[in-house]
Amino acid sequence: MNKSKIIRYQIVYIALLFLIALALVLNVNTGSVNMSPARIFRIIFMRFEEGSVESNIIWRIRLPRTLTAAMLGGALSVSGFLLQTFFRNPIAGPFVLGISSGAKLSVAFAIIFIVGTFSGISPYVTVLFAFLGSLIITGFVLLFSQKTKNMSVLLVIGIMIGYICSAITDFMITFAKDNHIASLTYWSMGSFSGASWDTLGIITIVVVVALFCSILISKPMEAYQLGEGYAKSMGINIKLFRLILITLSSLLSATVTAFAGPISFVGIAVPHIAKLLMKTSKPIVIIPASFLCGASFCMFCDLIARTAFAPTELAIGTVTALFGAPIVISLMVKQRKNKQ
Amino acid sequence: MYFQTQKLSVGYSGKVLIRDISFSVEKGKILSIIGPNGAGKSTILKTISRHLERIDGTVTLEKDSIFRLSNKELAKKLSVMLTERIDPDLMTCGQVVAMGRYPYTNNFGILTAEDRAVVLEALRMVHAENLEEHPFSNTSDGQRQRILLARAICQQPQIMILDEPTSYLDIRHKIELLDILRNLASEKNVAIIMSLHEIDLAAKISDQIICVKGDTIEDCGAPEEVFTGDFIKSLYDIESGSFNPLLGSVELVAPQGKPDVFVLAGDGKGIPVYRQLQKNRLAFSTGILFENDVDFQVARALSEFVVSAEAFNPVPDAKIKQAKTFIDQARFFIDTGVKIGVYNRFCEELLKYAKEHGKTVLSSAEELFGL
Repeated sequence: MNKSKIIRYQIVYIALLFLIALALVLNVNTGSVNMSPARIFRIIFMRFEEGSVESNIIWRIRLPRTLTAAMLGGALSVSGFLLQTFFRNPIAGPFVLGISSGAKLSVAFAIIFIVGTFSGISPYVTVLFAFLGSLIITGFVLLFSQKTKNMSVLLVIGIMIGYICSAITDFMITFAKDNHIASLTYWSMGSFSGASWDTLGIITIVVVVALFCSILISKPMEAYQLGEGYAKSMGINIKLFRLILITLSSLLSATVTAFAGPISFVGIAVPHIAKLLMKTSKPIVIIPASFLCGASFCMFCDLIARTAFAPTELAIGTVTALFGAPIVISLMVKQRKNKQ
Repeated sequence: MYFQTQKLSVGYSGKVLIRDISFSVEKGKILSIIGPNGAGKSTILKTISRHLERIDGTVTLEKDSIFRLSNKELAKKLSVMLTERIDPDLMTCGQVVAMGRYPYTNNFGILTAEDRAVVLEALRMVHAENLEEHPFSNTSDGQRQRILLARAICQQPQIMILDEPTSYLDIRHKIELLDILRNLASEKNVAIIMSLHEIDLAAKISDQIICVKGDTIEDCGAPEEVFTGDFIKSLYDIESGSFNPLLGSVELVAPQGKPDVFVLAGDGKGIPVYRQLQKNRLAFSTGILFENDVDFQVARALSEFVVSAEAFNPVPDAKIKQAKTFIDQARFFIDTGVKIGVYNRFCEELLKYAKEHGKTVLSSAEELFGL
């Protein structure tokens, strides 16, 4: 590794951290109630005006929400990078494997048969069901990954499982009550609006642990980029490695889906942006970069979702796709050009 | 023996493809596996490099069974070069080579100064120092193979297993690659096992050859023991055309029919004419060739009507008579312009004979096609 590369990495990391700081300030600063930055600073760091409306808005709503956006955005991007490495396919993302469809099916089940039937049940039920749904689908994918060695086949299997889940969901919706359909639709658009310090705590624990583990397997990941055969010849236990890789990525994306609903494109787009910025695909560099990049991307997207048509809030998926898709397209075209 | 297999059976999912594989190779030696497409050369290589489960038998490295070594221990002793096409995103050639240090680096894969030196040395051995910063996805086939070889060298193995390392390469790069392998074997004392498609090159590079056909090893030994007579023809089931183990050259299918042309050849003058006649599917007779003449090797592959004589001796009259019979049967006579010396005065005699008997005498194959 030469010096110019290291300098590049440092610059990009610092720039990303700066972007996150900027997004944090903007997110806390912007909204239906306007406050001066100085006042916000006092409220946050000096616990000024504790108990006032402004303090509550910042402490109870804006701060947990923007931090949740950062955590989940980062988690989604790392999950995408792990899956792209696993499938050696640039379009692999947390949602191609049917994970989001599984979560949606599970949530639909929860809304129609549990939440709708027993009123006064905890809102955590949907979270729990989304998480379970994602993990069950991951289990299926893992089961099939033991049977087939061909990554393209596995990718197709994931997509097919997704279709099956969607079909069952549609079937349930056909016979569901209107208000249930409305809540399901609202959930499936995805939003960070449900964030609180409690959920943020859970999210942080899961994400930090998974992120740490991902960095620990960055060495075999790099070898795995040379293909399974070479990876194996260098001493990697391929089966174990693949199991760890897909478990980590599923855990990350299941967490996101559980707490914010399905958010499209971040998982696919952000790892590409991170690689382009760093001009490398070294996992040890790209995993943290993807996390930071995804965090800032989602914070800005959430800012747009909240403010663009205020007081109406856009679904986070609308914003991420609107910005994410053109980026993916332009990157793909650029990459093709470079290869020719 | 450094590396040895005994009664090894290989195959996929429990089904035996090749059985009773027993061979051994010493450090510093090159062993090549040859055989027709689909014979299972790759299956053997994958099994002895532990990419594939063995079905039966033993494989030992310095008397230890390779199946008892840990992944890491094996990776420090054995490295591979595979046929699978790899396309690592945004990696430079240097990074691909450095991946060979995998079994030696710490948990985060950080290279030490010593590792860097090994990488540079590997790049130097394959003459690719200038490719270090070059993106791997932008390399030519020749560069790609050399980089993958450097990666395998970088792993500092005692034995290297290569699956068709010369595929996709042009002749210059084939020679270069095999030369690097020979250096590797002698300089670094590495044992090399590889599969090759080019039997001519296999004969020249290998210390030992294994021929795979059907479900067994057909033959095994030094190239000069294996490449005899029509062995290659039977190994590859060549029904038409031929392979000359001595020259390592391939000849296409011999023209059929009665020879209508007699070619007066010798001293290599005949070969271009034979080839042209073959391309136009014209059967020919030729002579009188000394059996140490290079023309003789090609002529006998392309024609059944060759008059030849023992080298270093005067040509017996019977042979001259036989040549005259061939001339009688032909309408055309091509004089390739062989230089006449003490021992081939018969050329003048045959030329005179052809003219006297009203044969059309030509000086090249083109003239014949012009008629």
